[in-house]
Amino acid sequence: MVSNPGSKVNSVLRRLWPLAGLLIWLPVLFFILFYFYPLGTIFKVSFFPEGGLQLGALRDIITTPYYWHILWFTVWQATLSTILVLILAFPGAYVFARYRFRGKDTIRTISTLPFVLPTVVVANAFLALIGTRGILNTLLMEVFNLPQPPINLQYTIWAILLAHIFFNYSVALRIISSAWQNLGPELGQAAQMLGASPRRVFWSITLPMLRGPVMAAAVLVFIFCFTSFGVILILGGPRFATIEVEIYRQAVYLFNLPIAAALSIFQILFTFVFMWFYTRYQAETSRPLELRSAQGLEKPVRTLRDYFIVYGNLVLMLLLLGLPLAALVLRSFQGSDGWTVRYYQELFVNRQGSLFFVPPAEAILNSTGFAMATVLLATSLGLISAWALAGKTPEIYKNRLFNRFQAALKPLLDPMFMLPLATSAVTLGFGFILALNKPPLNLRRSLVLVPIAHTLVAMPFVIRSVLPAMRRINPRLREAASILGADPPHVMFHVDWPLIRRALLVGAVFAFTISMGEFGATIFIARPQTPTMPIAIYRFLSQPGALNYGQAMAMSCLLMLVCAAGFVAIERFRIGDEGEF
Amino acid sequence: MKNIFVLMVLVLTMFASLIGCGQQEPVTLRMMTHDSFDIAAETMARFTEETGIAVEVFKAGDAGAMVNQAALAADDPLADVIYGVDNAFLSRAISNDIFIPYESPVLEEISDDLKLDPQNRALPVDFGDICLNYDRKWFSANSLEPPQSLDDLIDPAYSGLTVVENAATSSPGLAFLLATIDTYGEDGYLDYWRKLVANDVLVTDGWEDAYYGAFSASSDGNRPIVVSYASSPAAEVFFADTELEIAPTAAVISDGSCFRQIEFAGILKGTEHEEEARQLVDFLLSRPFQEDIPLHMFVYPANENAQLPAVFLEHTQVPEHPASISLEEIAANREAWVQAWTETVIR
Repeated sequence: MVSNPGSKVNSVLRRLWPLAGLLIWLPVLFFILFYFYPLGTIFKVSFFPEGGLQLGALRDIITTPYYWHILWFTVWQATLSTILVLILAFPGAYVFARYRFRGKDTIRTISTLPFVLPTVVVANAFLALIGTRGILNTLLMEVFNLPQPPINLQYTIWAILLAHIFFNYSVALRIISSAWQNLGPELGQAAQMLGASPRRVFWSITLPMLRGPVMAAAVLVFIFCFTSFGVILILGGPRFATIEVEIYRQAVYLFNLPIAAALSIFQILFTFVFMWFYTRYQAETSRPLELRSAQGLEKPVRTLRDYFIVYGNLVLMLLLLGLPLAALVLRSFQGSDGWTVRYYQELFVNRQGSLFFVPPAEAILNSTGFAMATVLLATSLGLISAWALAGKTPEIYKNRLFNRFQAALKPLLDPMFMLPLATSAVTLGFGFILALNKPPLNLRRSLVLVPIAHTLVAMPFVIRSVLPAMRRINPRLREAASILGADPPHVMFHVDWPLIRRALLVGAVFAFTISMGEFGATIFIARPQTPTMPIAIYRFLSQPGALNYGQAMAMSCLLMLVCAAGFVAIERFRIGDEGEF
Repeated sequence: MKNIFVLMVLVLTMFASLIGCGQQEPVTLRMMTHDSFDIAAETMARFTEETGIAVEVFKAGDAGAMVNQAALAADDPLADVIYGVDNAFLSRAISNDIFIPYESPVLEEISDDLKLDPQNRALPVDFGDICLNYDRKWFSANSLEPPQSLDDLIDPAYSGLTVVENAATSSPGLAFLLATIDTYGEDGYLDYWRKLVANDVLVTDGWEDAYYGAFSASSDGNRPIVVSYASSPAAEVFFADTELEIAPTAAVISDGSCFRQIEFAGILKGTEHEEEARQLVDFLLSRPFQEDIPLHMFVYPANENAQLPAVFLEHTQVPEHPASISLEEIAANREAWVQAWTETVIR
C-alpha cells in the first residue's frame, strides 16, 4: 500500500497528518491512567491516612543513617555494575557490528536469554556453577587436590555484580552494536588519511559517534541495577539491601506503608532527576550522521588480530553467559542416579491431580500470548513516544497555546517514561489494587492488566532503543525526499522507517523478553488462573523434593527455548523490503 | 465493507441482550490464597457438583503479601473467601477488620488447640510445624550426632552447619524466631541469636533460597541443617525421583524447638455472596477437603476426623510440645521483635 503513492490510504494519511501531533497524548494518557493514578492513590493512603498530611515517615527516612546507607549502597552497586557491563560489552558490540562469522545470529540470540530467566533460577544456575559444591569448585578441588572449595562467592558483592553482568550484558551489546552497525567508516578513514593514529580515531571519532547509544544502554542498565531485587535477595543475602528490597520488606512484612511509600518517592525522584539531566545532555549532544547499510561494513575474520578480537570476545561471553546457562541445562537432565529426561516427562503428568497443575503447553500459550500483547502495545506506544521526543511530530498550527503547552511538556516526558522501570513493583501493585477497582477502570481482576503492567516496564526499553536511532537520522535525507515530492507520510515510511527498523526490533525483543520473564508486578493482579511459565517455575520451587527441583530446572530450559524461538520470529519480521540497515 | 460492519454490530447487540436477560448465572465465588496453596482439582469440582457454586481460586503472593492486599482492599474485597492467613499475620488481618464472623457447624470437628479466634472470624484449616531439618547422609558421613535441640546449634561442633530464613522476609523465618523467643524468653533470645551468628549461621531471605540454595540434602549448598517443616522429610520421599525407603532428611521435634504455624480461612467483609461463602468455608473444614491437604500442601489437616496418608504416617512426626506464643503477644511485639532481630543478626 505504501509503495503506491496514488492509493486511497495515502491520501487519507496525508489529510490526517497534521493530527498526528495529537498521537503523543496516547502514551501520556496511558501513563496517567496506569501509572500516575495508581501511584497517587497509594501515596494518598500512605501520607494522608486520616485525611491530614503525615510526613513522619519522610522525616524518619531523612534522619535515620540506615536509610542513607541503603541509598548509598543502591547507587554504588548500580554504578559499579553499569561500568562493568559497559566495559565488557563494548568490545563485544564492536565484534557483532563489524565482523561476519559463523553462528553470529545464534550467539546473539543466546546472549539475550539471561534477561528472561527468573532470578531464583539464575541464582540456582550460578550456584550450580560456582557454589561451594558446584561444578567449578568440585573440578578445582579434584584437579589441585584442595581440601576446601577455592571459590566462595555467594553472599558477597561479587556474586551480585556477576549476576548483574549476566543479566544486562545483552542490553548493552544489542543497543550499542545495532547502532554501530550502521556507522559509515568515512570519517575515520578521512582522519586516518590526515595522519590520526587508530587510537586517536577511536577516541575522537568513533566513540563520540556512539555516545548516544552507549549512554542509552548505560541508563537502562543503571536503572535496572538500581532497582535490583531478586539478585540482591538471593545471591547477596540479607546483609545487602537496595531501596527496592527495603520497600518490599517495609510494605509486605512490616506493612509500614508510609515508610515504603516514602522510599518509593526517593527512588522515583532520584530516577527523574537523573533522567532529566541525561535527556538534556542527550538532546544537546546528538548529531545526525550518515548511516550505511550494515552489509557493506561487515568484514570476515582474516588476520590474527581479527581472530584475537572476535574469539577473545566470544570466549568472554561463553564464560560470563554460556557457562551459567549450560549449568542450568545440565541440571535439568541430572537425576539423583545419572542422566535422565524424567523431569521433562513429569512436566506433562499431573501426579496429584492438582488444581494448579500447569500443562506446559498452556503455560507456553499464556506466556507467549501476554508477551505478544506486550510487544504490540509497548512498540506502538514506545514508537509514538520516541517519535514525539525526537521532535518529529507535526505541530498543530491552529492552536498556538496548545502548541506552547505541548512544547513545555516535552522535556518532562522523556524522564517520565523511564519512571516505571524505577518504581517498586509492590508500590505500584498495591496502587493497582486501590485505584483500579471502579468502572470504567475496574481492571484489578482483569487479564488486560497483565500486558499493561508489562508494557509500563517494557516501554522504556523501546524508547531507549529507538530514540538514538531517530535522532541520528540526517534531516537532509528528509529534506531531499520532500524536495523530490514526497509528502510527510511518505518520508516517514521510506526514509525514517528503514533507518529505525533495526532499533525498533531491538526494543521489541526486550519487550518480549520482559513480558516472558516478568514475575514481580503481576503477582499483585488478582487474576483468574492463567499460569505463565515463571509462575509454573515458582510453583515447583515452593515445595521440597528432587522431582520438584528438577521440574523447575526443566521448565526454565523450556522458557529459554520458547524465548529463543520468539527472538528468531521477531528478528525475521519485516515490512516491505527495505534492505538491511 | 459497510454491510459486514452493520452485521457485526447487530450480532454484538444480540449477544449483549442475550447476556442481559439470560437466566440467572450460577454464583462464582472467589477465594484468595497464598502461593503455597494447592489442592486436587477433583476436590473442588466435588464442591461445585454438590452445591452448584463455582470457585475461582487466585494466589496473591506469599502469606504476608496476601494479608496486606486483603487489608488494603478491606472496603471492596478482592474475593469472597480468604484461605491461609497464618497465626503470625492473623492479628494484622483482624485489626484491619477484613472478616465476617461465622460459627461453622464443622468447627466441632476441629481441634480446640487450633482455635485462636474466639469470635470465629478466622477458622483454623490446617497447621504445620516449623522445625529444624537435617541431612541424614551428611551427619553419618561426618560421624557427628544430628542436632537434638536449639541449644545444639550454638555448640562449636555445629559451627557453620546451619541455614535459617530471614525473620523479616520469610514466614518460616519468623516462625523460627518465635520459637527461639518462646524458648529463651524475651530477655534471652537476642543473646541466643548472637551466639548463633558467632557460630556462623547463614541467613537467607526465603525458604527457597535456604532449602534449594544452601541445604546440603537438596542443593549444591554445604549446610546440613535447615529451618523447614516437620513434614518436609515426607515431601522428600513423595517427590523423590527414585523410590526411597527412608527419607534423606529428618526433622528435629524436641520440646520447644518447633513453632506451630496455624492457617486460617475466613469470609471477607463486603462479599455479595455470604451464604455461598459459608458453604465454601464448611467445605474447607470438612473431611473431603481436609484429607486432601497433606499431600498437596504438606501440612496437617485441622479436622481431627481426617485420615492421614501413609507417607505422612511413616515419615513425619508431630512435635508434642511446640513453642507457642499467644496472638496478642505476637500482635503487640511482632514488629519490635523483627526489628531487634534484624539489627542483631543482619546489620
